[in-house]
Amino acid sequence: MARVLVGVKRVIDYAVKIRVKPDKSGVVTEGVKHSMNPFDEIAVEEAVKMKEKKLAAEVVAVSCGPSQAQETLRTALAMGADRAIHVEVSGAEYETLQPIHVSKILAKLAQDEKADIVILGKQAIDDDSNQTAQMVAGVLDWPQATYASKVEKKDGELHVTREIDGGLENIKVKLPAVLSADLRLNEPRYATLPNIMKAKKKPLKKVTAKDLGVDLAPRIQIISVEEPPVRQAGSIVGDVDTLVSKLKESGHV
Amino acid sequence: MFKCTRRLSQLAQITGPGRNNASTLVVAEHNNEALAPVTQNALAAASQLGGEVSVLVAGTKCGSVAEKVSKLKGVTRVLVAEGDAFKGFLPESMTSLVVKVQNDLKFSHILAGASAQGKALLPRVAAKLDVSPVSDVTGIKDADTFVRTIYAGNAIMTLKSKDAVKVVTIRPTSFAPVTEEGGSGKIDQAPSGSFNSASSEFVGQELAKSDRPALAGAKVVVSGGRGMKSGENFKILYALADKLNAAVGASRAAVDAGFVSNDLQVGQTGKIVAPELYIAVGISGAIQHLAGMKDSKTIVAINKDPEAPIFQVSDYGLVQDLFKAVPELTEKL
Repeated sequence: MARVLVGVKRVIDYAVKIRVKPDKSGVVTEGVKHSMNPFDEIAVEEAVKMKEKKLAAEVVAVSCGPSQAQETLRTALAMGADRAIHVEVSGAEYETLQPIHVSKILAKLAQDEKADIVILGKQAIDDDSNQTAQMVAGVLDWPQATYASKVEKKDGELHVTREIDGGLENIKVKLPAVLSADLRLNEPRYATLPNIMKAKKKPLKKVTAKDLGVDLAPRIQIISVEEPPVRQAGSIVGDVDTLVSKLKESGHV
Repeated sequence: MFKCTRRLSQLAQITGPGRNNASTLVVAEHNNEALAPVTQNALAAASQLGGEVSVLVAGTKCGSVAEKVSKLKGVTRVLVAEGDAFKGFLPESMTSLVVKVQNDLKFSHILAGASAQGKALLPRVAAKLDVSPVSDVTGIKDADTFVRTIYAGNAIMTLKSKDAVKVVTIRPTSFAPVTEEGGSGKIDQAPSGSFNSASSEFVGQELAKSDRPALAGAKVVVSGGRGMKSGENFKILYALADKLNAAVGASRAAVDAGFVSNDLQVGQTGKIVAPELYIAVGISGAIQHLAGMKDSKTIVAINKDPEAPIFQVSDYGLVQDLFKAVPELTEKL
């Protein structure tokens, strides 16, 4: 039976209105609520479902980041992952950590842990890169099934429905393979209190990128991070007639 | 020998900084019949980089697309790779091809539109080339400095890529498409090789059919949210859209509730649009939705909740029940 590796990222909570630092070096992260990247919750849910359907024997959750990434891993364990690996990256290295670095770490772990399936979220809502799954697949030379909204295992292959621009697409990939979860793949479960307690006893291994032989040298230089332009304040119109005349004035209709 | 060197340095002076020896490969997106408009946006970005622009057209049938691309302004060369290996444009076989082309021809930049296809393909290519890709670029400062948004469009990052080859996807709404003809691109065969992928197979597609303009390129977009209450009720938006020759979009809530299909979703994780006019109906205006439409020129919001965050970005807001306001608006236009 398959072993599933699932990648999770600790990000600023999706409901938080972020603030850009005055020195334009990044966004304010201190004292801001963080949680698991929403797409990664969906990835964990799918991995746990595979285990429940006896398609997977074990689910291993991995996160790269500072020590707080362990909280995110505990959440994955409480949702049903069996064990966790924390790849510690902090300080300046974390500032310039990119999907290329994470994908090399995940690819190495997938090999070390003899994973058959790697499931990741489609994108992290902080850097919005949408790269890691594709890059893991590239590094490993495994097939990729990105933006998955449905995954079924038949005859040792994965039949995946993907969300594409014009609708849906169906593909088949052989194992081992890399999947990325889209929003409609499933509805992630909440971790229950007993499971949160149990998760504290599940194994969590800590390694470094160096242990895995992955170089974290920055591939980019951040020149600036700025506020987007502010839209000019609009007005509330009283009725449909006023709206129609405003649209006519501005030449839209 | 010396002469040659001098000529090169003169050339560098003429072309100036940021235009130093750029040579760009644009990976075309198409359906074996027509070129996807997003490729024309990517061509506009390629022209900003300076240098020669080549376009790679791969598929099971490339003739008409290669022909069309070759005539577009600024295209110097079209590389064609036709074969069964490219059925469904699977990223496994497409990556083998792009990497082969890159190894043979050594481009400084590899570009594609930030569509589902481009986003699935280019990071895999970048991994094979061991470079860090740059996603969904909204601006180009020079050959290695790019602008992109992060945090659902709530911050704008300018970054300098240190990699030798820049692998970049282009946000289509940020670059006006190259539509003028007048190019005379030479059509060549792409380097050959074995590009079949044994590990993945294209089975089929279920494409949503619509007579209305495509969401991403429409000048007017009418979108519905949770406030529409049902898929059946979307017909009042279709009526309004028909009046305005508009595309219809939706919020995630409307898609998740099953009112409309996923390809209509506008937002951080759906499509990013920037039409002349965006009409948000029954949409509260969550951060994730705003990420997909706040660069629209004019935004109209119709919502019965005066506190809805959508009113903070709208140019004209109407606080009214949409089931009354929308039919009246359709009527009066």
